[in-house]
Amino acid sequence: MMTSSLAPALPLVVGALLTPIFRKRWVRSAYLMLLTLASLANMWALPDGSSGEIALFSYTLTTIEVDRLSRIFGTIFHIAAFLNILYSFHVKDTLQQICGPMYAGAAIGAAFAGDLITLFVWWELTAIASVFLIWARRTNRSYRAGMRYLIVQVASGVLLLAGAILYSRDTGTIAFEHMTLGSLATWLIFLAFGIKCAFPFFHNWLQDAYPEATVTGTVWLSAFTTKLAIYALARGFAGTDILIPIGATMAAFPIFFAVIENDLRRVLAYSLNNQLGFMVVGIGVGTELAINGTAAHAFCHILYKALLFMSMGAVLYRTGTVKGSELGGLYKSMPWTTIFCCVGAASISAFPLFSGFVSKSLIQSATAENHHTIVWLILLFASAGVFHHSGIKIPFFAFFAHDSGKRCKEAPPNMLLAMGITATLCIGLGCYPAPLYALLPYAVDYAPYTTSHVITQLQVLLFSALAFGFLQRTGIYPPELRSTNLDTDVVYRHWLPTLWRHGSAVLSRTRATIVGAALAVIERLIQEIARHHGPQGLMARTWATGSLVFLGIIVMAAYLVLYLIL
Amino acid sequence: MTSNDDDKTYWLDDPKAPELIWRVLVGVCVLLTLADLFYEKHTHFAFEGWFGFYGFYGFFACVGLVVAAKYMRTLIMRDEDYYDDE
Repeated sequence: MMTSSLAPALPLVVGALLTPIFRKRWVRSAYLMLLTLASLANMWALPDGSSGEIALFSYTLTTIEVDRLSRIFGTIFHIAAFLNILYSFHVKDTLQQICGPMYAGAAIGAAFAGDLITLFVWWELTAIASVFLIWARRTNRSYRAGMRYLIVQVASGVLLLAGAILYSRDTGTIAFEHMTLGSLATWLIFLAFGIKCAFPFFHNWLQDAYPEATVTGTVWLSAFTTKLAIYALARGFAGTDILIPIGATMAAFPIFFAVIENDLRRVLAYSLNNQLGFMVVGIGVGTELAINGTAAHAFCHILYKALLFMSMGAVLYRTGTVKGSELGGLYKSMPWTTIFCCVGAASISAFPLFSGFVSKSLIQSATAENHHTIVWLILLFASAGVFHHSGIKIPFFAFFAHDSGKRCKEAPPNMLLAMGITATLCIGLGCYPAPLYALLPYAVDYAPYTTSHVITQLQVLLFSALAFGFLQRTGIYPPELRSTNLDTDVVYRHWLPTLWRHGSAVLSRTRATIVGAALAVIERLIQEIARHHGPQGLMARTWATGSLVFLGIIVMAAYLVLYLIL
Repeated sequence: MTSNDDDKTYWLDDPKAPELIWRVLVGVCVLLTLADLFYEKHTHFAFEGWFGFYGFYGFFACVGLVVAAKYMRTLIMRDEDYYDDE
């Protein structure tokens, strides 16, 4: 087999820039799809180990570092890019056609970065290329959401750079390898990864920004940024204990928000966060089984999450809204989209024969083998919850529930084809996981399809469905309401600006009082000076010569008298 | 889709359909619970072996989730245009 030495990011990053030379829309998309396939072939032709060294001052950058972990993430990033280009085939927007593939290329570059500086460069390019997919909606709302997204992403990059600089000072190397938390340097790098990975309290950029992107932009966004962070954590911090509680928290808390959220793409953003939690737990456990689980789950997750966002994108494209309160009954107009959405829903819920089942169970088993009882119970709760809000809520409120009366066309053929291929992959991986397992970082000795596993999983899922039915029938289930739910973004979108407004109002009042008082004092001073030294003032009065002579005589007379007396 | 779509009747529009789905679901859940008697569960934790553990856990986890989320609304729910003045 031929070997390559071309950096894996370059075909897509540079190739995307050449897109505008093709004038026809379908030629552009065809070119980008071929480019992605060529890029994938190039990636697989790279030899294992490091290459692409570049000397920078006294450091050597290793721009290409290939191992099994980088290869599986590189592979799924390529597949996602290909499916996204197909899904966006109908889009007539040069900006999105350039930024989507460039964003994918940057993520691929980062997955093969051998040192922290190279990682930083690609890390920041993912931020910059992706924000245009939000801005491409060209509304004031998306402009503001994009700006908030960009600030958070660039901040993550700056922390990474600061950490890398300190790390090289501490250790004398910039190699991106396994790190142990302890120094300021490693904590900064950990925090940079954590922000991009949507750790609790740093998560809200995700739910804020993703639903504001374009129909196709959200599908692009869902695939790369957070999974790049998962990859970076798996490479840098596998087996770091603190990741276990962090991941368990991430798996659990977003599902509460997902239940009451009305914007169905925002519901998916919350469930994306919840799925990242499973992967973070896997990284924290850090055994071979757990890391395999994380890599496998990232692979499957990118596909089923893309499929769910694609189906909601199709709904948005055809009806102009993805609010649960305004949808319902769309299965009549969009039967194929409904079926594909249900496949995505079954996959994220980890139904047997669907992709989530063969990947999530690796992580669940790894926590059990390491006796993390509470975390195991939280993950089981999260599994039931994810079926509840992603598996049932999304298809139910969009396609079934009460008929909204909306009638529209089925999604365009290219969208249906992209969803069809993705759905086929979800089912294919679920039924026949061997090719996926062969890609995993470590040798796999795991059989997902045991009687015990299949039955217990079906029990959890169908009883969750039973709970949904019970809550609907008793009227306990909260209705979809047009609303905004506060999350941590209220701090920087409302509280701090309000505090700033009130604070500056108080400050300006205080300033006005102080300045007013000072001016009054000065005014008074000027008046007093004017009274004494002004034209009529005592001190400025002109005196007659005679009175001066008279005063002199008095003084001299007084002197004479005193002289005579003393 | 063509306009005569609206004339088409759908099985799900039949008021009996949700009732039937519900009954089938309850039936399947009962069967799945009884299935616990007929195979050997591979367990890591003792509680996994309890009869119907997974089903009860899934059911009560979801009811708890939804009830908690419903009460969360009183705390965090605002108007849809809450942020529009920003």
